Amino acid sequence: MNLLEILSYGFIQRALLAGTLIALLCSVLGVFLVLRRLSLIGDGLAHVTFGSTAIALALKFYSVMSLLVTMPIVLLASLGILKLTEKGRLSGDAAIGLVSALGISAGIILASVGGGYNVDLLSYLFGNILSIRSEEVVIAALLCLGVMLMLTLYYHELFAISFSDELAKVSGIHTSFINSILVLLTALSVVLAMKLVGIMLISSLLIVPAAGALQLARGFKVCILLAAIQGCSSVIIGIIISIISNLPASATIVLVNLLFFAAACVVRRIIYPAHSN
Amino acid sequence: MPGEIVATELLSCSYREGKVLEDISFQVARGDYVGIVGPNGSGKSTLIKALLGLVTISNGSASLFGSPLSGFRDWHKIGYLPQSLHLVNPVFPATVHETVGLGLLSLKRFPKRLNRADTGKIDIILDDLGISDLKYKLIGELSGGQLQRVLLARAIVNDPELLVLDEPTAALDPETRGRFYAMIADINRTRGVTVLLVTHDSGAIGEHASKMLYLDKKLLFYGSFDQFCCSPEMSSLFGEHSQHLMCHRH
Repeated sequence: MNLLEILSYGFIQRALLAGTLIALLCSVLGVFLVLRRLSLIGDGLAHVTFGSTAIALALKFYSVMSLLVTMPIVLLASLGILKLTEKGRLSGDAAIGLVSALGISAGIILASVGGGYNVDLLSYLFGNILSIRSEEVVIAALLCLGVMLMLTLYYHELFAISFSDELAKVSGIHTSFINSILVLLTALSVVLAMKLVGIMLISSLLIVPAAGALQLARGFKVCILLAAIQGCSSVIIGIIISIISNLPASATIVLVNLLFFAAACVVRRIIYPAHSN
Repeated sequence: MPGEIVATELLSCSYREGKVLEDISFQVARGDYVGIVGPNGSGKSTLIKALLGLVTISNGSASLFGSPLSGFRDWHKIGYLPQSLHLVNPVFPATVHETVGLGLLSLKRFPKRLNRADTGKIDIILDDLGISDLKYKLIGELSGGQLQRVLLARAIVNDPELLVLDEPTAALDPETRGRFYAMIADINRTRGVTVLLVTHDSGAIGEHASKMLYLDKKLLFYGSFDQFCCSPEMSSLFGEHSQHLMCHRH
């Protein structure tokens, strides 16, 4: 099977389109999350998505309809993490761990009560981008548009809080509002990304492109651009390799992402030897 | 308290471990250069953070430019320079130009955008502070002194009326420290910017500041450097010998 043949299949076109959109969202948001030291929020919210998906399946909401249950729960969980952190009661990682534990344990209990794990729930653990439906592509496109619009409108505020909360406050920026926007956009992206890489690997989609871009970027906008290029390229190359080699798409996407990161580290050593240690 | 740039009335702040500031009352007039000094843990940083709304005031009140702090919205009138070492993430990918541009956001309405005129403003301030050559450097690549100048450029790029600095020279060697104080004095004189500067270094700041505020949880002294040097309360606090050294080393 040659590349053109592969690309002629509808399910592969859908996977490539949805995957690229989701990777774009995750990689751009990831830059802000990594710099805010909230890298693992994706993991935490993915676990909550697992729990809320179990609730959705128990309520007989399947496929796209499950978003009606998962979205509000994950959005609330993201605000919960933020509030726990802001009130100074818990550090960011502890708050994420707490909400994460709640999400995964609720999911396991509900799955158990509902008669054990089923195929639908397991697909959320490991992701299955190749089974993505047309309506899911449309939802991904609409959400991608909305999230990118918000990121564009609030770019400078997000940049400012990533640099320093304290300085942003004294510049008259409502930091708690901007933080809420950041975690809510992340929650939306995580729910979308579940289908792509699953709970187990979701944080890599947020963290790895940002980590790669940080090795090479000389400027904040450049960093966002590099992260987006790495994230989208990893998804496209990962999906194609997975089809050619008959490997799981989610894990292949993540491994390609990690290869990009490793390459960025090597290039950094060559281009900026003085700043590599 | 109209006409005053900063005013506090019996201001108190508490943390879990107890009161950090107690019944602080003072006023800062336009054009003043106030050095805030005191021993470690005396509440110097807490005082300016309370004035900027970064720390909750447990009792009393504070106002900025005649407005109560709770209703203050004119943040573009304020430039703030925190202790830089605690602030900057060494892997943060922003260039010096981008970082200084952050100082202009307080002037912007939603959606905040920087235009060509803003870029020109950033270039001018970098030039004024002698750091134009650092424009495209990443902030993580700067030395302590360079970083301090960049953060100062960020603080004054919006032409503030009040400049608040929290131990800005803590990471600098004595020579750079002296140059930095002189630079702030120049900004105070030529631009008419009111300055509040927290430091450990009572003697060095006395050379430049028009007023000294000595704090040890309570306000122990507020007046000119000459008055500070003649104050019997300060003599009994430091001992006459130390006070003499502090006041006459210039």
